[in-house]
This record gives sequence, structure tokens and C-alpha cells, in this order.
Amino acid sequence: MLTQVGPRERRKERLDRGLKVRTEGIYALSSGKEALYLLAPRLTLILGLLILPLLMPNLYWQRVICITGVFGLLSLAFDFLANYVGLICLGGALFMGVGGYITGILNSLFGMPLVATIPAATVVGAVFSTVLLSPCFPLRGIYFAIVTLMYPLAASRIIEALDIFGGTEGMADLDTLPNIWFASYSIIPVLLVSLFALRRLVTEDIGLVLRGLKDNDQAAKASGISITRYKAYSTFIASAIGCFTGAYLVHLYGWAGISLFALDFSILPIAASVIGGMGTLVGPVLGAFILIPLTELLRELGTLRIVFYSLLLAGFIVFNPEGLMTYAQRKYHQFEHWVEV
Amino acid sequence: MAEEVLLQVKNATKSFGGVKAVVDVSLSLFKGEILGMIGPNGSGKTTLVNLITGFVKPDSGEVLFKDKRITGLQPHKIANLGITRTFQIMRPYHSLSAFKNLIVPLYSPRVRRSTGGRLGDRDAVAIDILEEIGFERDAYVPYKIASSLPLGYLKRLELARCIAMRPEIIICDEIFSGLSMAEIATMVPLLEKLQMQGTTIMMIEHRLRELFRLVNRVIVLNFGEKLAEGIPEEVIEKPDVREAYLGTEVDNVRD
Amino acid sequence: MGILIYGIINSIVFALIAMGFALVYGISRLPNFAHGAFYILAGFLTYTFLLGLGLNSPTSIILSLIIIAGIGAAVYRFLLIRIRGMEASEIIASLAIGLAIMEGLRFAGFRGKTYTLPVFLEGTVRIAGVPVDFQRLIIIGVGVVLIVVLWLFTHHTKVGLALRAMAQDEGAALMLGIDTDFAALIALALGSVLAGLAAIVILPLGNITVETGYDILINAIAVCIIGGLGSWVGAVIASFILGFAQMLTVYIVGAQWQMVVGLLAIILILIARPSGLLARQKELEERV
Repeated sequence: MLTQVGPRERRKERLDRGLKVRTEGIYALSSGKEALYLLAPRLTLILGLLILPLLMPNLYWQRVICITGVFGLLSLAFDFLANYVGLICLGGALFMGVGGYITGILNSLFGMPLVATIPAATVVGAVFSTVLLSPCFPLRGIYFAIVTLMYPLAASRIIEALDIFGGTEGMADLDTLPNIWFASYSIIPVLLVSLFALRRLVTEDIGLVLRGLKDNDQAAKASGISITRYKAYSTFIASAIGCFTGAYLVHLYGWAGISLFALDFSILPIAASVIGGMGTLVGPVLGAFILIPLTELLRELGTLRIVFYSLLLAGFIVFNPEGLMTYAQRKYHQFEHWVEV
Repeated sequence: MAEEVLLQVKNATKSFGGVKAVVDVSLSLFKGEILGMIGPNGSGKTTLVNLITGFVKPDSGEVLFKDKRITGLQPHKIANLGITRTFQIMRPYHSLSAFKNLIVPLYSPRVRRSTGGRLGDRDAVAIDILEEIGFERDAYVPYKIASSLPLGYLKRLELARCIAMRPEIIICDEIFSGLSMAEIATMVPLLEKLQMQGTTIMMIEHRLRELFRLVNRVIVLNFGEKLAEGIPEEVIEKPDVREAYLGTEVDNVRD
Repeated sequence: MGILIYGIINSIVFALIAMGFALVYGISRLPNFAHGAFYILAGFLTYTFLLGLGLNSPTSIILSLIIIAGIGAAVYRFLLIRIRGMEASEIIASLAIGLAIMEGLRFAGFRGKTYTLPVFLEGTVRIAGVPVDFQRLIIIGVGVVLIVVLWLFTHHTKVGLALRAMAQDEGAALMLGIDTDFAALIALALGSVLAGLAAIVILPLGNITVETGYDILINAIAVCIIGGLGSWVGAVIASFILGFAQMLTVYIVGAQWQMVVGLLAIILILIARPSGLLARQKELEERV
């Protein structure tokens, strides 16, 4: 006799789509369908982002797209450090501020044009940030997170206290980007190039070494890998991205000040990454393109904007830590169906 | 056996807080031998390995490799000199597939120049090493994510990661523990082959029966001190060694 | 002399501020980055009850402490419980919750410099020639009593010892039948109450602003880091170190450096000695 009553046990089974299996790894592409399967998502992303500025109704929204690009890059840097190197850097604003202040100083004190200041700020700022963070490389996760969170806060208070670089007023009347088209079509290609370059990097051998570091630093040491060196390399990459955005933003507004070190620039990228899907690199970028315009809509309501994205961040990290992109990838690559157990 | 000293530990001492983990231990490792290290739990074996490989700095004493002082060097520098180790608690790169695990040692400065630079060159080497160590080449196993591998494969992966470094000394920290007799039987020839190729091996082990078939010499640690040293059969007859091991496998060893 | 007395007062203020954070981390290993938000929320709650609704002070204080305990417990029960043990997530989530509370308060209209709690007792006394007002004496009193009570509780009662044991090895505590989730819930409620209590005695000295919340969080973290995360005695000693360091900095260099002290302390201590100035050998845990 069947004694068991109540709901039947069932579980969700996931199977890779045949197309996915055929197109990945060592197999050669054999049909247009397979090529399309691989290319379609990438092309959609590239074309979508390139067309986006054209669709914006007015200058305000075109600027929003530029700022979204900035946050996209910051989210990318956060995701790369957190999920491929294991450095949870809660201080994205540090990179932003360092890059912004360097470009501001070069521009206002030395009168360098912005074609020179932005690259200079990117490289010099990245070196500077890496040196600043290098004593923290041996720290374990939580301690690294706390110390990086404090860096930008300390930087802004020190600038305030010393009253240097314009103090609380900041440096005004800096060169601005020539026009909005130049602004949007400089940030979006940089974003796309950084995205695909990082995606390539993490599958290269050196990327595997970085992921090894994240998984198990002791074993990496025993394999003759210098942890400090590779953490420094990856921090350099991430901070170069961050410093570029800082320099770019300063020239977008023509102003550099302590708000470059604001908590916004640290927390929003984290929110975008968590919402978009940590560890996918694309996810955080898309997360930024969803989150930033949404928060812009709330800007007139003052700090409600911050409440909104903080709650969204807390909600996603607690209830849906996989994020949107991981979900989307699963739907694209796999069948799902219920099987009875 | 050529009596050339490859590695020497001189009067190493290390204590954690008030606990003396290693007390004034000296030992020599001769080129080409397999040295066993035994002792009850908590006798300081793993600490000694950590001291040699640079993971822990000794309070006093020194470690010499080819007559050069390596005490206090960073672990990765020591590894690049050619001393590698496995970990007692296995430490795979759990989000990478098995053969990608080997890319990390293959990317170390010690090996970098000898494997090609293009993407995929190291993959081929990695799969060769895995096949040598008992991962079936044409099966799916080498491509599986390390976190889903069973224990036997993980232990082999630990060893494979050492082999990939092309080391002069391999230190195995309890590499047999938790394995079945059949699994050990596949690993023993591998270690013998490594020895024939000129690699020096130091093995920490609780499985005395299996260990004694392999090793030339054995060192016994107890409470951080060196209790005895010599040929396995002689060492195990000593009363203080028997006392330290009372109730364990001593009687079974002699068959 | 003035420096000594005000240094002591400043240190006790730090101890009060950090106590809640240290308690929560000490028991449940949960870095509660919403600590500053709880502090400032308690201040505004008391303000609302006292001056907005016109209740008397004991009622408003008790009411706000109960509410803040409830909020702390709810935050744990409904949010943080799901990410226990994932340290990065804990930090990010609690920081985000704190941000939401603080910026929500700002959005709700609590901004500007118009919000002050009344002092408990007017008047000043002279101690060794230095004028000290009664409110500061109350702070010292409450601070010392809390330090002693909490020390006795965690070191000399069974429950306290159990909680500390739990902090050291949660797995073992679970096996011994201690409900670690419930303990963490209580810890967060208690920690929030401590934050609220600190707010109620300290805030009458100045204005209630949302910005204070951020500074409180930084100072609380600074104290706990200097003393070593999770160490009780360390936190108390650390509040004296930081209290005097800050006092002297303000006195010698200038008031604008006040917050820099705490921030730099966090950064430097974490770089040089992550287990804290006073902690015993734990180095292997924090460093890789």
C-alpha cells in the first residue's frame, strides 16, 4: 500500500542546451546558427550601448548616459577585483578621487590640456592607488574591505583639514569635454573595450592565476606565485579603470572636489554589481545601466535616491545574490524542467 | 645512495603562544632519498613542514637548501627554488577545473620559461601531468570543476600541483590519509617513479605500513622533539618510539 | 588638567559609542555597519517622543529603546540571518541598511541644526578647577556602570560565558545545543539598545544630525579595531587610547583633524597589526 501522502517530491533539473555544448570549448563552429548563438548576445550589447546616446531625448539624459558609463566602469572594476582576485574593495571612490584630483591639479596648476591630463591621471593615479593599497594586500577579506572603505573617507577629511587643492570648494573652471557627443562616444567605447579585455584576461593563464589566488592563496604561494605581485597587478588594472572615470568625470563637469570621494562612488558600483550578477563582468555593467537611470529619476526627491539603491542593494544581496545576469545566462544556456523524485 | 645533503634543518624551534610546536629539531635530507616523518597527532610534523617551506618563520634555527640559508624567505620564493609541498587539508582552486588547477604552478617563474607562451600551451602540459598521475585522459575527469572531485582525485591533484613545479624536493603532508588501499596502490609507483627521476621526497604519514615500503629513512617526532631517526625497522623497535605510538599500528607494521 | 578630565570624558564617550558594535561582533561575529544608523535613529526617536509628542522623558527614553531593540532584532531576523558567515555580504548589507535608515531620516525632514535633546540636569560643577557640566558627569556615570555591568555579565555569568564561547566556535556551540541564531538576535537587539542609550546620553551635548551617524560608525569601528575585533577589554582600553589621541589632536593641531584621527587609526592599525594593538597572537587568522 502506498502510505505516503502529501505533495510529491520534485526538483528542478537543468540541462545545457545542445547548442551551448556544441559551441563551447574545443569544438569548431559548424553552422550559422551556432555562430549566431555565440554572437547574438555580444552584438546586442555592443550595438545597444553604441546606439543608446542617440536615443536620448535631451542633453540631460545624454549626460545621464555618460555618468552611467562611469558607474559601469566602476562596477566592472569592483567585480573584477572582488570575484576574480578576491579583493573586496569597498572604496571605489578612492580610485575616482585620486584620478579626479590628479587631472584637476594637472589641468588647473600646470595648464595641461585634457587630452594629456586624462591619460596621465589614469596611469599616475593607478600607480598611486596601487601603492596606497599595497600594504593591505596581506589582509584577509573582511579587514581589506574595512580598510578600503575608510581610505576615501580619510582622503576627503584630510583634504578638508589641510585645505589643499581648493579645500571644500574644490577646483572649478577646469577644461570641459568639447561636446556631449564627444563625451558619450568616449566613455562607451572605453567601457566596451575594458569589458571585453577583462573577460579575455580572466580566461588567459594569468587570469587563472588570479582566480587561483582568490580560491586559495596558500596553495598559490606553494606553487611559487607571489601573492603581492599579482594582487598589485590586478589592483593596478582596476584602479586604472577607476582613475580614468575620475578624470573623465572631472572634465565632464569642469570641476574637481571632495565629493569625488563620496560614498556614492563606492556603494553604487557595488549595488550595480550585486543586482547585475557578481562574477559575470557583463552583469555589473548592465546593472549600472539599469540602476543609474532609475536613481536619476529620483534625483529631484533628494536623498530618497540613496534610500532606494541601498534598499535594493540590501535586498538583492540577501534574497537574490546571484543577480540578474546569472539568471539570464542560465535561461539562455539551459533547459529547465521539473522532475519527480 | 649518494650522500649529498640537499636540505638541512638546524636546531629549528617554533612556539605558538605558550605551546612549543617544534623544539630544537635538526635533520638532513639527502639527494634522491625518500624520507619518512612520523609521530602522533600534534607532534609538530606539519609545523616543521611549514618552517621548511616558509609558511611559518622559526623562532630560532635555520634551514639550508644546497648549503644556502633559506630561513625567512617568502613561501613563493622557496617554491621557486624547487621545494614544493602538498597540504594536509587539501587546497584545490575549487572554482577551476582540474587541469586548470595546474596552470597556476605552470605559470610560476620557475616553470614559466619552459612552457610555451600562447593560450593553450600550458593546457597540454597540464593534461599530460594529470594523465601521468592517474586522471584518465579521454574521460571527463580532468575537465571537472575541482570542487566536485572525489577525495582520491583531490589528493592526486595536490601531488600533481607539486609535480608541475618540476621540483627538486616534494614534501607530502599525509597524502595517503583517507585513501583506500587501491588508491594508495596506484600512487606508490608514482612516488617511486619520481624518486627514480631524481626527485627527493619527504613524506609525513600516519599509514606506517604503506610508508615503510617506500622510505629509506624515517624520523620520529614527539611533542615537537626529534625522538629517533634511522632505518624504519630499527626505529620502530626502540622503546620510546613504541611508547609514543602505543596502541597504534606498530604491531601491524612488522607483518 | 582640563585635558585630562575632558580626555577621560571623551574616552568614555568613545567607549559608549563602541560598546554596541563590540557586543554584536563579540557575540555573533557580525560586523554591524548599521550601528551609526541605530544610534542616530534612537536620537531622533527620543526627540520625536519628547518634543514632538510631548511625552515625559522616562517614557520617551524607554519607548525609543524598545523600538530600537525591535528594529535591531528585525534587521537580523529578516535580513542578516540569511547571510550569516559571509563576511563581505554582512558588511555590505548592514552598511546598505544603515545608509537607507540614515538617508531615509534625512529625506523625512531631519536635517539642519534644529534638533537637540534637552540635557537631563542643568548646571555645572568644578572638578579640580575645571568646570564640568552635569550632563558630562551623567555620561561618565552611565558609561562606567555599563562597562562594569557588561564586563561582569560576559566574564562572570553563565549566559555571558556561553555567549563568548559561541563567538569563538559557533559550530561547537551548535553541537552543545546553544541556539546561535537566537543568541545573535539577542546580541543585535542588545547592541542596538546600547547604541540608543549612548545616543540618549551623548546627544544632549550637541545637535542631532544625520552626518553624526557616519562619524559614530567610524569611531565605533576605530575603537574596535584598535582594541582588536571581538575583544572586550581591548575595546575599553582602546577607547581611552583613541579618546586621548583625539583630544590631543584637536588641542594641538586643530578641530578639523578630529575625524581624521579615527580614520587614520583604522587604516594604520589594520595595516600594521590587524588583530589590534592589544590582541594576543592571532596573526595567522587575519593575514594570508
